[in-house]
Amino acid sequence: MNKLLLSAVAALALASGPVLAQPTDILNASYDIARELFEAENAAYAATGATVTINQSHAGSSAQARAVLEGLQADVVTFNQVTDVQKLVEGGYVSEDWTSDFPNNAAPFYSFPSFLVRSGNPKAIKDWGDLAAEGVQVIFPNPKTSGNGRYTYLAARAWATEAYAGDEAKIEEFLTKLFANVPVFETGGRAATTAFTERQLGDVLVTFEAETLAVVKQLGADKYEAVVPSVSFLSEFPVAVVDKVVDARGSRDLAKAYLDFLFTPEGQEVAAANFHRPQDATVAAAHAATFPEIRLVTVEDAFGGWDKVAADHFADGGLLDKVFVNQ
Amino acid sequence: MAQHRSKHLLPGFGLSMGISLFYLTLIILLPLAAMLLKVAGMGFPEFWRIVSSNRALAAYRVTFSSAFIATIINGVVGLLLAWVLTRYRFPGRRILDALVDLPFALPTAVAGLVLVTLFADTGWYGQFLEPNGIKVNYTQLGIIAAMTFTSIPFVVRAVQPVLEEVDVDFESVATTLGASRWQVFTRIIWPTILPAFIGGCVLSFARSLGEFGAVVFIAGNLPGLTEIVSLLIFIRLEEYNYEGAAALAFVLLVVAFLTLIATNLLAAWQVRYVERQT
Amino acid sequence: MSLSAQRSIGANVLIGLSFVFVALALVVPLALIFSFALREGLGAYFDAILKPDTLHAIFLTVITAVIVVPINMVVGAALAWLVTRFKFRGQQLLVAIIELPAAVSPIVAGIVYLFLYGNQGLLGPLLQSIGLQIMFTPLAIVLVSLFVTAPYVARELVPLMRQQGTDDEEAALSLGANGWQMFLRVTLPNIRWGLVYGAVLTNARVMGEFGAVSVVSGSIRGQTNTLPLQINLLFNDFNIAGSFAAASTLALIAVITLVLKSMLESWERR
Repeated sequence: MNKLLLSAVAALALASGPVLAQPTDILNASYDIARELFEAENAAYAATGATVTINQSHAGSSAQARAVLEGLQADVVTFNQVTDVQKLVEGGYVSEDWTSDFPNNAAPFYSFPSFLVRSGNPKAIKDWGDLAAEGVQVIFPNPKTSGNGRYTYLAARAWATEAYAGDEAKIEEFLTKLFANVPVFETGGRAATTAFTERQLGDVLVTFEAETLAVVKQLGADKYEAVVPSVSFLSEFPVAVVDKVVDARGSRDLAKAYLDFLFTPEGQEVAAANFHRPQDATVAAAHAATFPEIRLVTVEDAFGGWDKVAADHFADGGLLDKVFVNQ
Repeated sequence: MAQHRSKHLLPGFGLSMGISLFYLTLIILLPLAAMLLKVAGMGFPEFWRIVSSNRALAAYRVTFSSAFIATIINGVVGLLLAWVLTRYRFPGRRILDALVDLPFALPTAVAGLVLVTLFADTGWYGQFLEPNGIKVNYTQLGIIAAMTFTSIPFVVRAVQPVLEEVDVDFESVATTLGASRWQVFTRIIWPTILPAFIGGCVLSFARSLGEFGAVVFIAGNLPGLTEIVSLLIFIRLEEYNYEGAAALAFVLLVVAFLTLIATNLLAAWQVRYVERQT
Repeated sequence: MSLSAQRSIGANVLIGLSFVFVALALVVPLALIFSFALREGLGAYFDAILKPDTLHAIFLTVITAVIVVPINMVVGAALAWLVTRFKFRGQQLLVAIIELPAAVSPIVAGIVYLFLYGNQGLLGPLLQSIGLQIMFTPLAIVLVSLFVTAPYVARELVPLMRQQGTDDEEAALSLGANGWQMFLRVTLPNIRWGLVYGAVLTNARVMGEFGAVSVVSGSIRGQTNTLPLQINLLFNDFNIAGSFAAASTLALIAVITLVLKSMLESWERR
């Protein structure tokens, strides 16, 4: 019994204590719907001969940022929104110039908020305007905890800005109606998906195109249809090395090499196969059939950059709080 | 403390006090203090704004009303089971007795997973209920079902030992003296088991208020309709709204503490009660 | 008392009702777990259980229980000894504090630990400066498990020891036994079934804890996922069969717990 206890304590110490020797594993803290994507990316990375073990943790992107700030020992973060990495910069966990560490502002792939409806599209949902109609139930995750949910807010606002020619009163009226149509705000993107698929809540799920295509593939085209709106919001998924953690663990090279892989043609191919739109033009061309044309507005064009979005929209008492009546 | 110790022959006061205080401080009091500091740091107006917000009020209403109904169900069923288990000998009694504790042994997350599957529209129960317009999953009924399941044993286990102590001879004497069965029950048995029954109900209610694992699976988690307090705390935490989480957690903590005081008072009452009876 | 000889119709109705309730509320749910876990055959079942992440979750859950149960047995015995053998100021308060973890929502349990050991918590920055990480490690899971099961052993022992009184122990002392001899030879044999009973309940709760653990675990696959978290994770991965397979291991432990408990009770009576 004593021996057993001792080995148990030893195992615990091993698992929790600081690792002094050269680490052989790194932790990737990631967003909720990227479960299958990174399982595939990690397998492909191992196939290139890399011996490092990649551990995975998935939850809402912002919840993950909070966890890292509270001490989650993530070597790399693969979030779905720049503002979440920015929180780590403010906390001193990630260097100021993280966007220049990797190509394309450190975003290996992108997606955008899109729609998933039940087979036959019974409520005839085609575009953002239909989501605010009376009697339509919309599911998307909580914008306070999920980058996915915040992108939905931004995309809806971008559409409304065009549709109502910038009339702020009308934009807010539309957004208020849209938010009032949401019966439940799950904390992560995947939880929102299961609410829509397993719990059969809502008429339309708004989530990343990547998730809508994956659901159609996994649960059947006879049950669900992906609908692409007329316009959406470019959602680039940023990656960063968590300096504070890799410096303490001595895992910087491992972390950097892993993130580099995501930008290689192999890494891009895996992303595309998992319905994340690749940045690599050749890989994108090869998968053109999967990804329909869509007009995407950028954060710079529509809102003047992420800093301005964070200050005007997502800060406490900001524009998001004005329409997020359900809190 | 020295004068207390000298009153006792038995050793180990220092050691057991040392272990207890060390453990209580490290494992229970220190973490609680961290939360109380958080609450104390926010100021009363802010605290009040959070705990009296519409969404919080709705969450209290859902949580308390569901726990109340679950407790009533478990009160009735618990009394029935305790009675049957102590008063009758029949085949399968031992198994019945053992099964009552299942909700204590089965993890709440598993309970939630099972209930949500049972009551799904194609589930073993749901297929009969849904056509009749009874929807359990993702409604308040689901919350009540989860709370009822997880607190089945409390009333049974509180009443059972007391019921075993009630003198059967006393009852038969009463019966021979012409008392009806109902009179025997209301005049003799019910007063004796009442404190234990209430105690069991209080524990059952407290457990239901705090239940999380089973409820989140089956509740729709819709703010204002099927969102329980524990879940609201969890959401506030994920939102990085620590003040909100701490304030609501403090409310639950106070309710838990009041429940404990109530149970202890009941226990004391029960002791006096039994002494008076004998 | 010839209760079983001539049962009235009313009694039979009550017994029948009890069986119906227990069958619908307890037996059917239990059966459903195994039925769903085995629906795709034994091969698929073992594939699901033997997946590295699930295996690790089982390992972590067992390790946690192996650490928490003995600690809470020792502390529970000490607490029960203190409360039943001595009278001191603050006794009631002590009892109330030890009971608190069982009365409060497990989410609250998780939160108080986050506020203490998180990097923005009370002690987090201090611990961080000496390189000790508690949040999101197995150590945090052990700590919250200690918290939520703190009262279980004492709760079983206190009524038992109060009822037994101190006569045996005082006799042992007057015959010249020292404190430890008295405890090992007299007290321990008297309370052993209660102690084991408390341990069995502690074990069941530790293995099944979900709310508190989900706050402090960080949900790292194959590292800080306990079995209940793994069940939730598999469910959200659309892997319903895998989720039930994992659940069935916990249900099996629950059944073993019930059998053990029932055996202990009959030994106790003898």
